[in-house]
Amino acid sequence: MESKRLASPYLVWMAIFTVVPLGIVVWYAFTDSTGAFTLGNISRMGTYWPIFLKSIWLAILSSFICLLIGYPVAYTIAGASPKGQRLLYMLVMLPMCMSFLLRTLAWVALLDDTGIINNLIRSLGLKPLPLIRNDAAVVLGMVYNYLPYMIMPLYTVLLKIDRRLTEAAEDLGCRPGEVFTRVTLPLSVPGIISGFTMVFVPAVSTFYISQKMGSSGTTLIGDVIESQFKAAYNPNLGAALSLALMVLVLACVAIMNRFSDGEEVATI
Amino acid sequence: MKRFCSLLIAALLIAALLPAPEARAADQVINVYNWGQYISDGTDDYIDVNAAFEEETGIHVNYMTFDSNESLYTKLKTGGSVYDVIVPSDYMVGRMIDEGMLLPLNFDNIPNFEYVDDEFKYMQHDPENLYSIPYTGGTVGVIYNSLYVDEEDIGSWDLLWNPKYAGKILMFDNPRDAFAIPQAMLGYSLNTTDEDELRASAYKLIEQKPLVQAYVMDQIYDKLEREEAWIAPYYVGDYIQMHWENEDLAFYYPEEGFNRFVDCMCIPTCATNKEGAEAYINFLLRPDVCGENMDWVGYTAPETAAREYLSLDEDEMALAYPPEEITSRGQAFAHLGAETTQLMDSLWLEVKTEGDVDYVPIIGIAVTAALVGGYLLWRGQRTRRRKASRCRKWKTA
Repeated sequence: MESKRLASPYLVWMAIFTVVPLGIVVWYAFTDSTGAFTLGNISRMGTYWPIFLKSIWLAILSSFICLLIGYPVAYTIAGASPKGQRLLYMLVMLPMCMSFLLRTLAWVALLDDTGIINNLIRSLGLKPLPLIRNDAAVVLGMVYNYLPYMIMPLYTVLLKIDRRLTEAAEDLGCRPGEVFTRVTLPLSVPGIISGFTMVFVPAVSTFYISQKMGSSGTTLIGDVIESQFKAAYNPNLGAALSLALMVLVLACVAIMNRFSDGEEVATI
Repeated sequence: MKRFCSLLIAALLIAALLPAPEARAADQVINVYNWGQYISDGTDDYIDVNAAFEEETGIHVNYMTFDSNESLYTKLKTGGSVYDVIVPSDYMVGRMIDEGMLLPLNFDNIPNFEYVDDEFKYMQHDPENLYSIPYTGGTVGVIYNSLYVDEEDIGSWDLLWNPKYAGKILMFDNPRDAFAIPQAMLGYSLNTTDEDELRASAYKLIEQKPLVQAYVMDQIYDKLEREEAWIAPYYVGDYIQMHWENEDLAFYYPEEGFNRFVDCMCIPTCATNKEGAEAYINFLLRPDVCGENMDWVGYTAPETAAREYLSLDEDEMALAYPPEEITSRGQAFAHLGAETTQLMDSLWLEVKTEGDVDYVPIIGIAVTAALVGGYLLWRGQRTRRRKASRCRKWKTA
């Protein structure tokens, strides 16, 4: 009972700033500019399926790359001495102290045709590379910006794995590689899933990175939603797109959660 | 006690969202919403218009900027914000008057209106001149980098469709300015309301899309000055500013015709300090202020009396005050009505979202889905097998 009462400010906060806005989004998605009920906005979703697919694909790709980069980092941090852990953890967090927009703009300054890297290449007498305005640059931007969201949950989970379990596996004859694949990796699945979710959700709805680092053809669903609210003044279509995106994200998250359901729990 | 604490936290969270008590409650404040890079702000020893106004009247200016007429309109429509002076372009003034978004001005508070030239009064977007006062005039043309662009390629809007410069071309990021270019090329009126003509224009923009580096507004400055892009259609006054930064930039008026615009100072219905706003407008119309301001901004001052305060060189004067044979080729935008505006907005969205179907995401997602599904199936079977074997062991035991 006590704990419920302590949660009440957050519940009030949630009600005002999450539930009510969600209701408003649904309301806008099913009305037209005069406020009358319509399914017109939802039926227009079909037109945008290539953009939805592209957004989801780039987000999956970035989350996966984040996992590949983030897992060894989290593993190293979790295995370091307490002092080393604090330092490494801070180094991971440090870029997040700077504005997300600035970090993206810094990449633009690096990768531009007249940017720092290409100027360097040119001064060496080589042909400049097409580093920016392609899908790879967008994925790079997403990976760079969202990597800490992958490392943090992985680190927390890896840190909590009982040393006695890995020791037991070693005692029972597991080779180091097997200890990892049969004990550590299965036990860190919850961390992988929450890391994946925390990268995937902002990546799939991003708009700034694709505008700055993508080409004129890399329009993601976040860009379309932003344009409807910022310039075109069509909040109804924008809300319908947001709603469709939300449903898709929830579906993806539900699928991901299936990975941790049925996983046998190991405790001593 | 705990309940009290939680209530206190909730109250604090809500209080944080309420507007803080205005620090200058005693003083007057006006909120000005103008285009980016569109007022002399004291850079390079030019006049700081807002500071000069504050000093003279004691009215504090909150100055904010937008980057297109459409985003200004959306901001006002969405509500929740207070602006006392806004600076929309001609066609947007027409739309805002149509939709009752502007307040009629009290010309007794704006005596400097007398300096405004006749050609800038009673214009088609505000025929009775009740709601708007011209701030600047200007034209749209093509800015290019003479180091990279061949002289023989220039002269027409075609340059923006020239595959030789693929990836180095910038384009307007607002529907009205973007559509005006194919409209001029195809020989349509810049104010056409014909659906087929608008669709043909949109098709032309889609054709251009693979060559376009980015759809941008104020970023054009940075991209052209750094030579990241070589070609962009933009407003002439901004070209004058960019030319100060990069001498290799050049400008021409496309032969097919172009837009000639007037940006106007207006007071929206959400204004809370109308008299302060009128004082501000009046101040900006004062010939010395207007002249020194336009000297930096690089656009046409709407009053002849202001011209003696300009220090632009001969070439710049020719661009800011083009001769009759050039102005006669320009065309003003008019408000097209709600229906055509909506059509143009959705065609613009089509342009922005159009693209060849890309198979990589389809294949990628299909492979991911197959892997995920396969793994979950395999794991399910494994679990069942394990359970079954455990059962067997238990039974035999």
